[in-house]
Amino acid sequence: MKKMMKKISVLLLLLPSFAMASGGGVHLDEAPIDLSDKESLKNGAKLFMNYCLSCHSAKFMRYKRMADDLGMSDQEVLDNLVFTGAKIHDTMDIAMPAEQAAKWFGTVPPDLSVISRARGDDWLYTYLRGFYVDPSRPMGVNNIVFQDVGMPHVLAGLQGNQQLKSDSVDMANGGAKTMESLVVDGSGSMSPAEYDKAVGDLVNFLAYVGEPVKAYRMTLGWYVLGFLLILLIPAYRLKKEYWKDVH
Amino acid sequence: MGLRETEATGVVGWFDQRFPLLKVWNEHLAQYYAPKNFNFWYFFGSLAMMVLVIQIVTGIFLTMNYKPDAELAFASVEYIMRDVEWGWLLRYMHSTGASMFFVVIYLHMFRGLMYGSYRKPRELIWVFGMVLYLALMAEAFMGYLLPWGQMSYWGAQVIISLFGAVPYVGEEIALWIRGDFVIADATLNRFFAFHVIAVPLVLVMLVFLHIVALHAVGSNNPEGIEIKDGPKGNRWSDTAPTDGIPFHPYYSVKDIVGVIVFLMIFSAVMFFAPEMGGWFLEKDNFVPADPLKTPEHIVPLWYFTAFYAILRAVPDKFLGVVAMFGAIIMLFILPWLDRSDVKSIKYKGMISKAALAIFVVAFIALSWLGTQPATPVATMFARIFAVIYFAFFLLMPFYSKMDKTKPVPDRLPEPGQ
Repeated sequence: MKKMMKKISVLLLLLPSFAMASGGGVHLDEAPIDLSDKESLKNGAKLFMNYCLSCHSAKFMRYKRMADDLGMSDQEVLDNLVFTGAKIHDTMDIAMPAEQAAKWFGTVPPDLSVISRARGDDWLYTYLRGFYVDPSRPMGVNNIVFQDVGMPHVLAGLQGNQQLKSDSVDMANGGAKTMESLVVDGSGSMSPAEYDKAVGDLVNFLAYVGEPVKAYRMTLGWYVLGFLLILLIPAYRLKKEYWKDVH
Repeated sequence: MGLRETEATGVVGWFDQRFPLLKVWNEHLAQYYAPKNFNFWYFFGSLAMMVLVIQIVTGIFLTMNYKPDAELAFASVEYIMRDVEWGWLLRYMHSTGASMFFVVIYLHMFRGLMYGSYRKPRELIWVFGMVLYLALMAEAFMGYLLPWGQMSYWGAQVIISLFGAVPYVGEEIALWIRGDFVIADATLNRFFAFHVIAVPLVLVMLVFLHIVALHAVGSNNPEGIEIKDGPKGNRWSDTAPTDGIPFHPYYSVKDIVGVIVFLMIFSAVMFFAPEMGGWFLEKDNFVPADPLKTPEHIVPLWYFTAFYAILRAVPDKFLGVVAMFGAIIMLFILPWLDRSDVKSIKYKGMISKAALAIFVVAFIALSWLGTQPATPVATMFARIFAVIYFAFFLLMPFYSKMDKTKPVPDRLPEPGQ
């Protein structure tokens, strides 16, 4: 019996190893998410309205909600962030017809309301920093996390052009390994650090848009847990009191 | 005058003259004598009932805002999450509740397995429980289609297409279930109808039967000793079992403690990690259903994956479906497979204890394997664990009989012993 238990535990230890084997993919950089950082969210909103919200919609997100959550007045939002002629209570919709979009990009640009929940923040952060020049593609760029993506590098003016370099690196054991790295050409208006910060803010904003209630939900959670903890005390004492006479 | 005789006066008396109010109260609560030695594992029955209530109440409010229409369903869920007052809370309570329901039910079933709660005279309670479990799986499966995300859509597509594996009539059956050649608006509408009224009605009726049967024969306990066979007479009644205590107030006050602790765990998940790292709400379900785009990796939710792993472990599709349903049938016939002289694991021998431990390992391993891509290695492991799963049941008549048991005392042991 012991032998059998041993065998089973060995089998169980093996399980994670083939889970890893099935993973694969590109390493994702950790996105700097901080939903309490209003400045970051505002900057992200600005980038989003300027660069994303002409092809992509965020049709479940209302301008008014954003104004309230980010501490902006309605007029501020209308003056600085609404380029579509939308009213403050409208959702972030776009005018581009889906059929046309499909013709231009090969696919309809997805709605971005819950994209952070579908793709994950780290994926978005790596993706938006992962465009590189590839003349074989219709838009002239490819992406390290989304092979043959139809989207052009709309932030190229900020980042500049990136090249994908393959280098053969000699390993300690005598073999060789191909290392791929992205190299920026410096033609953008931002330094690499500034660009990372900008994309970080943009992804932070997308994370907010994915679930606007998240920050409040977490705050409320502590109150609920606190209440239940306090409620537990009389409930437990009551139980003890009743059960005193049970043997 | 035809009124019922009653000792009660006032309002209660008025009702009791016309309805067996006190009789029901006494038989099921105040004079239902439960063994006094219930342990941790006995919280999950009352918790399951509470989760059912949570699901029904939140479900009613969700129904007020949800649109069962392929064009509108996904958007209506996001509408609930953003624009409906407290809609996000209702939705997360419901989605967390679905998974927590299975957590509770699996622990409740495990309790039954450990202490032999399915043994005579409680076979029917167990069978009602299994029908409940099946109905709950149907409820969860159909509910999962409603958000109309990619995983809703393709999960349903995969599971319903399984019926296509039935020889001759399979495709016809699958078509009849879907109401279309693929999962479509018609499927969504009928699943909605089943999810919000048909299956919940069945669930509530089965819970009623489950409890009526339980209260007729009395509760089992961790020792597997029948308190009704022991001496009679306690502080409350001369005819009640000496080792029994009235459910109310003793277990009602105890269950309140269990409920509060459970709600704390429930709230921790709901407020801080409602997706539970993709286990309760899958990433792909935040992408609207697209019949033209198959996700790379289609997985049912965690509570089905053990059976899904068994299905995939069998090379032939139809036989896989048979094995999957067979795995559930095993649970149904369990009361007639166990031939041990004792009920509780405490008095069973090493073989039964080891068998149960290995079974639990196999079930968890299968659940995990069902979430992974079916690589050759994973399939091999799934086959090993599937064989263990079936062996636990099919060999039980033999090993439970030959296993050496310890003598069972006539009375519940005193605490501390």
